[in-house]
Amino acid sequence: MKAARVLIVDDSSVMRKIVGRSLRQAGLEITEVLEASNGSEALSSVKEHSPDLILSDINMPQMDGLEFVRQLRCMEAAKDTPVVMITTEAGEGHVVQALNAGASGYIKKPFTPEQIKQRILPLLRG
Amino acid sequence: MAEKSSKGLERVRIQLSARAAGPSARAARDASGGQGSEIHEGWREELESATREVFEIMAGAWLEKPPEESEPFVTDFTAMVGIAGNLCGLVGLHTSAECARRIAAKMLGTEDAGGDAQDAFGEVCNMIAGSFKARIAGLADGCGLSVPTVIFGRDFNLFSLARGEHYEVIFTFEGKPLLVTLDVHD
Repeated sequence: MKAARVLIVDDSSVMRKIVGRSLRQAGLEITEVLEASNGSEALSSVKEHSPDLILSDINMPQMDGLEFVRQLRCMEAAKDTPVVMITTEAGEGHVVQALNAGASGYIKKPFTPEQIKQRILPLLRG
Repeated sequence: MAEKSSKGLERVRIQLSARAAGPSARAARDASGGQGSEIHEGWREELESATREVFEIMAGAWLEKPPEESEPFVTDFTAMVGIAGNLCGLVGLHTSAECARRIAAKMLGTEDAGGDAQDAFGEVCNMIAGSFKARIAGLADGCGLSVPTVIFGRDFNLFSLARGEHYEVIFTFEGKPLLVTLDVHD
């Protein structure tokens, strides 16, 4: 598994820090952590930096996580980039909605580094 | 704070406003009859479990029960997350600024959370609200959550339009009081 460039999308800077720390605690090899506070910023970051993995909240101002994934999947360069939603919305309907929008996986907040590892490693291994 | 009704359902009085906001809120509560309507059995326990889960996982912290004879406490740091859908209401998390900073520091694994206390406290409240609704049948998919709002300072009155059921659980975090509330719209 090659070292990954990761984009973390969350309107909470604290959550971005915690997710980044959890990725490292999970033993993932990370070359760079990019951050965005909403879907619009995330789309710009994807165009500029081409991350290997994206972790995104759903409830965010300006552009939420679902709309971000929909638009991301229309971008040729990012249509196969793994996107894992990390959110407090844990209902089955919300999970289905996220997967239908194009998400690759789903992690419920609160989460442990072990949960991050279990969901993300298979995606990075391809 | 809590008493058993004749039907065996727990009935909880509206106390948050009086505790958090002083005489004017207490007067408003008294004017409304001073008590909530019938409440759902087990919701207070689910609110407690949700809160414990969030603190244990995100802050590595075990919340304690306060002593039986604890003094009334003043909160000056409040986070709120609205719930809308099959259930409409407000989840609140209340403590002191000092305690909020400690919670943020624990979450971030640092000694001093700096300016992150508000953000962290709002996120904790958000996760408690999400964890609570995930535990109640029909709410996980039937409700959405607002983005968190955080208020700090002592000189404010909190008046919720949710005049229905009220649930609250008091904990201590590293010896400091911490109150979690759920006010449900009728």
